[in-house]
This record gives sequence, structure tokens and C-alpha cells, in this order.
Amino acid sequence: MTDEKRLTEAEKDEAAYFARRMTETAAAQPAPEIAQSSGEPPTLFAVQEMELNFGPQHPSTHGVLRLILKVDGEKILEARPDIGYLHRGTEKLFETETYPMGIPHTDRMDYVAAATNNHAFCLTIEKLLGLEVPRRAQLVRVILDELQRLSSHLVWLGTSGIDLGAVTPFWYAFREREQILDFFEEYCGARLTLNCMRIGGLPFDLTTGWVERLLEFVDDLPSRIDEYEELLTDNRIWKKRTVGIGVISAEECVEYGLTGPILRGSGVAWDLRRAQPYECYEELDFVVPVRQNGDTYDRYIVRVQEMRQSVRILQQCLDRLEPGDIRGKVPRVIKPAAEEIYASIESPKGELGFYCVSNGTNRPYRMHCRPPSFINLQALPRLAKGHLISDLVALIGTIDIVLGEVDR
Amino acid sequence: MKLLTPTVLTYVKIVLLVAVVPAVVGFVIVLAERRFMGFMQDRLGPNRVGPKGALQGLADLVKLVTKEDVTPALAEKAVHFISPVLSVIPALTALAVIPFGPAVRLARHVSTPLYVTDVNIGLLFVLAITSIGVYGIILGGWSSNNKYSLLGGLRSAAQLVSYEVPMGLSLVSVLLMTRSLSLVEIVQRQERIHLWFVFPGLLAFFLYFVSGVAETNRNPFDLPEAESELVSGFNTEYSGVKFAFFFLGEYTAMIIISCVAVTVFFGGWLSPFPSVKALDFLKVIPPYLWFFGKAGFFVFCYIWFRSTFPRYRFDQLMALGWKWMLPIALANIVVVAGAILITPGSTRGLFALAWIYGGLFVAMFLLARLRRALARRDRLAAVPHGARESA
Repeated sequence: MTDEKRLTEAEKDEAAYFARRMTETAAAQPAPEIAQSSGEPPTLFAVQEMELNFGPQHPSTHGVLRLILKVDGEKILEARPDIGYLHRGTEKLFETETYPMGIPHTDRMDYVAAATNNHAFCLTIEKLLGLEVPRRAQLVRVILDELQRLSSHLVWLGTSGIDLGAVTPFWYAFREREQILDFFEEYCGARLTLNCMRIGGLPFDLTTGWVERLLEFVDDLPSRIDEYEELLTDNRIWKKRTVGIGVISAEECVEYGLTGPILRGSGVAWDLRRAQPYECYEELDFVVPVRQNGDTYDRYIVRVQEMRQSVRILQQCLDRLEPGDIRGKVPRVIKPAAEEIYASIESPKGELGFYCVSNGTNRPYRMHCRPPSFINLQALPRLAKGHLISDLVALIGTIDIVLGEVDR
Repeated sequence: MKLLTPTVLTYVKIVLLVAVVPAVVGFVIVLAERRFMGFMQDRLGPNRVGPKGALQGLADLVKLVTKEDVTPALAEKAVHFISPVLSVIPALTALAVIPFGPAVRLARHVSTPLYVTDVNIGLLFVLAITSIGVYGIILGGWSSNNKYSLLGGLRSAAQLVSYEVPMGLSLVSVLLMTRSLSLVEIVQRQERIHLWFVFPGLLAFFLYFVSGVAETNRNPFDLPEAESELVSGFNTEYSGVKFAFFFLGEYTAMIIISCVAVTVFFGGWLSPFPSVKALDFLKVIPPYLWFFGKAGFFVFCYIWFRSTFPRYRFDQLMALGWKWMLPIALANIVVVAGAILITPGSTRGLFALAWIYGGLFVAMFLLARLRRALARRDRLAAVPHGARESA
């Protein structure tokens, strides 16, 4: 009662208008048809689909993804993603600035994995210029990439755990992620938007003691990963929630253009680190984890095993690290010849590539990005159909999207 | 001491109960939950307000009371208002029959038992009253006129009604042993036959506690709230004091489930194995402290579950309730009834049943550990992982 007194006249009008609108639209809607003519047995009650707005402000959409759901009870009949809430025209920005000035923009695309974005961008320009990156820089780049893969997978592990109601793995995963971010901070001063690579090499050499401390941390990681697995992998409820959810076959994956853990979870051993090696991945010994069933559980296993492989790669790189140059012979002004080029790397989420069209000036004529999150997100309507709302949350988690990269 | 007549004492106890329980919920359980979960999750938990965070409950209370009380424009105002009340009042009412302890002496000629009243249908009273609390959640979800709340309300309608069935049936098997519905009598009988009912009723206890967790909407059965799916579900549109009422209702329901578990299965206020002379030193601790300790343990279990398990899906939850727990509860009744009938007039059958259930439990526990260890070994052997040979 007191609330109503406190309302101003304008607010009262607004509330009245709102209420009237609602009743009018309700009256204007045709009465739901009872399914009699279509040959189905007549139902006792009239049924009506509900349209549900899932996001953009929803705790489980991992950012600002909006899904327009058509649901029958809790069953999803149709899921339409609506993206663009985080669009900032990154690709256009590349065209307006010189080549080196583009690197910080890539930080903001997949903001939980900035190093791999930097890497893909720099790799494209290097390919355009035909630049050779010194060995030490290659190794450090791989180290940064794999650290980033670990931290990205840790974010995924924690958040998809929370999506399914398991709160504790989140804290364990973020404990380690914080440590990884500490290493990044010590290296380049930033924790998230790293800007940690340059065309032709790296901006800084490693600080003293960084390698030793990282090695200590990395040797300890397998036991930490065991800890997460202890909570989830054999957990009955976790399996119930993930096994057989969002199954997608290898053929469909290829048709949709899905890459990364989703593709490998469906039985295709396609990892760009192995398929078209860049930097020094050729000489490193690691396994590409593959699972056959293509469901949420297999994608989970693939990612956890990838984390273990990243640990192995890190150990090998750190062992091989020797003093040397961190930057190749880069011209003072980067002005590549007019050419079109595509280069891609295996980011934590899949194939991250840049397609660059240069016109002989110091700015790209066109810079296009192939973001794995955006392309993987396409599969969501297909995966979600027929599942329940609870599963939808698991599916958004298993695709591992970052909206910064989806919208760019 | 004419003043302290039994009637007056009863009123005093009611007032104490209604005043103390919310305070315990707000200050002790919520703080304990957050601190324990902090400990389990390798973080600190609230430790800023007061010494070691002890006054966090007060801070939360001030926050909740001073918050604006928002009612959505298109909500069913009256129902929206009444449903938090419907959720908290039955929970507090059910506390009236919980026996926290036997008679204590207050003055020279005045002693009073530590429960408000002992009704001869005590257990039925608890079940009946607590199930009214369901309406609070259903109506709260419906009246908010929010699609997410509606889904939460629908989920709770199905879940709470379903899980009352295995819960009731698991208690039936205990009633065969107690021969009484009075909660005081149940405790006294456990003292007389020198056996806590948890031992012959091990299966019944598990069924009861799992259903109890489902009844109180707690993890892993917290589907009506399901923060990551339904954005808090039925209580999305509630704020301030009304939200605090839902909160209080949920936690009081937790306390009741724990108290009934203690009373029916764990000997209420009795110390462990009261007939064993060697354990007589345990009787130094007063009975009501035994009760609170045991009940506290079960509340701790709730917190433990919350930080361990993922959440069930709605259809899986229903399948678990109807396809597993209900048949097991029914079979358990037959087994317990058989054990009683085989040895008429004595409790030897119950003791035998206790040994059988205990043995089965230990065997299954070991088997599960073994399976888990084997699965883990296979998993790690499948691909090379980063653990160094030296480490």
C-alpha cells in the first residue's frame, strides 16, 4: 500500500499504460488452437508454446549472448541466438591503423585468451612479410600460448561447472588461473589484455627467475588437474548431466565448420598445432586428445586432457629455452607488398585465423578474422533442439564461447 | 515460584523458539555455511564484519530489511505477499513438537521438558505442516508473473510433492520399530531397546535424508532455484524482507529435516550407546547439547553436499524419486517388517538387520572406492600426462 503512495503521477501513468498494453496484446492474440485437425489425438487442455528470453543478462550465457527460446514446458523447440551486443567493429578498426597498432585490438576479441589472438595476428603479418622469428621468441610464444590455453580451459572448466551447479571446481580452477595471470603480469605487465607479442617476435625478454618459477608451477599442475577430475570426471551426477547431451557427429561438425575441442570430441584428430605446425610445434612431443561420442562429456574429457598435454608442452619448451634474440629483422615501417594471405593457429577454442588483404600501404586494406567462437556458436540451435532448459546451459558451456570474439 | 506454571513455561518456550531459531539461522548457519564453503573451496569466506566475520548475519539482516520492497506491476499482489509467509510459518510451527531434550530443572520445584508439546501424532504433524510450505514456493513462483519464476514454481510443485512419497515411506519402516508417532516416545524407545534406529533403518535413513534434501530445495536438488538456469527461480521477483522470509523458510526447513533425522534415527538427545558402561563419561555432556551437535552435523552435511555435487536435471530428479527411491523404500518396509515378525516379542531381529545393513553398506562403500580408483587409473593410462617421473 505504501508503495503506491510513493509512486509519482508519471510512474502511475506508465504502470497503467503497461498494464493496458499487456491486456490488449493478450486479447489480440488468437486463441490457441486445439490440435484436432492435424490427426493428432485431441488434447484435454489447450497447449501453447512459451517464448522465453534467455539473456543477454543471464548468469549462464557467458557474457551477453541472447537466445530466443520457444519452449514447451521445459523442452526447447527452437533456440535462436541473437548476437551483436558486444560488437565494436574490430575488423574495421584494423583498417584505420597501421599493422603494429592492430595488436592491442586483438586482445579484446577473445578476452580470456589474449596471447593466442596476438599470436594469430602477428603470424599473419609475418607470413605477409616473409619474416623469420628467432628460436627463443618461438619458444616463448609457444610457452605463452600454452599458458593461455591452460588459463582459458580453466575458465571454461570453472564456469561450465557452475552452470551445472558444481560450485567448487570453479574456485579450484580460478586459483590456478590467478597464478597463470601472475606469470603474465610479470612478463608483460597485464593480466588480461596482454598485448604480449610483436610482429617478428616479442616485446620483452623474460624476467629473471620467471622460467624457474614457471617450471615449478607447471610441474605441480598435474596434481591440481587431478583435483578437478576427482570432483567431476567420475561423478555420477556430472555424468548424468553431460553424457549423451548435445551429440554431434564428425560429419556435421565438418559441415558446420566447427573446430577445436568440439571437433576432437566427435572423433576428428584435427589440431592445427599438428596438422599445419607453426613456430616450433613440430619438434614437440604431445598427443592430440580425441574422443568418439561427440557429447558434452567427451568434450569435457578432451579439454581436460588438452590441459595435461599443455603441461607437457610447457615442460619441453622450458627445458629447451636458451638465450638468444627475441625479435627478428623487422623493417622500421611495416609496408607489405599488395597480397592476400590467410594464417591460422589453434586457439583454445579452435581455429583462429586472420585473412589479410594488403594494398602496399602501411595499413591493411581489409582484415578479416575467423573467430572459432562465432563459428562454433552456429551449432547451438542444432545442439539444443529437443533438450531441456537445463541442458541448454550445459551446451552453452560446452561450446566455450567468448562473446568478445563472437561479436568482435 | 507460582509464576512458572506449565502454561506460562509453554508460552515462554514458544517465544524463545520463534525468536531463537531465526537468529540461529541468520547468525550461525549462514555464517557457518559461508565459512565452511570458503574452507572447502580454498578461499576465505566472509571475515570482515566483526571478529572473524561473526556479525555478517547482522550486516545481511540490515541490508535485507532496508532494501526496497519491490512488487512487480503485473504480479498477483495478495498471493505475492502471502507466499513468503506461507513458506516460513509452517516451518516454524513444526519446530513445536521437536524434542530438543528431556526435562531440565529450572528451579527447586520447577522442571520442564525441552519441547513445546508432545503430541501423540508428532511425526505426522511434522510431515503435514512442512508440506504446507510447498505452497509458498509454488504460489510465489506463479504470482510473480515472471516466466523464470513460473518454471521454478512448476519444478518445485512436482519435486516437492514427489519426494514426500519416499520420505513418508522411509519413515513408515521406522514406525514399525517405534510403534509410536510421538517423537518423545520414539527417542525413549531407542533408549529402552539399546539401539538407535539408524542401524536397522540404515537404508531408510539414506532415503529419508536424500528426500529431505530434495524437500528443502538444496543442492544437488536445488532445481526450483537453479541460479544458473532459472536465475533464482521462484524467488527472482522477491526482495528485501519477503526474500528474507523465503530464505528463513528454507533454512528452518533444513533444521527441521535435520532434527527429525536426529530424533527418529540417531537417538535424539541420547548420548552414543547409552547402555555401554565404558562410554559413561559421555553423559557429562548434557542431553540437549548432544541433540544440537547431531543436528548441527546434518546441517553441515547440507553444506557439504552443496560444495560437492553438481545439480540434477529435472527429469532425472523425478526418475530418481519414482523409479528408484520409491521401490527401494517399499522393499525396505517389507524387509524391516520381516525382521520384526521373525522374532516376535524381542528385538533380536532388529539387531540382526542392523548387522546385515551395516555389512552391506561397508561392502558397497569399498566397492565404490575400488571402482573409482580403477577408473582413474585407466583414464590416466589412456594418454601420457604431464606428471614427471621424478615427481
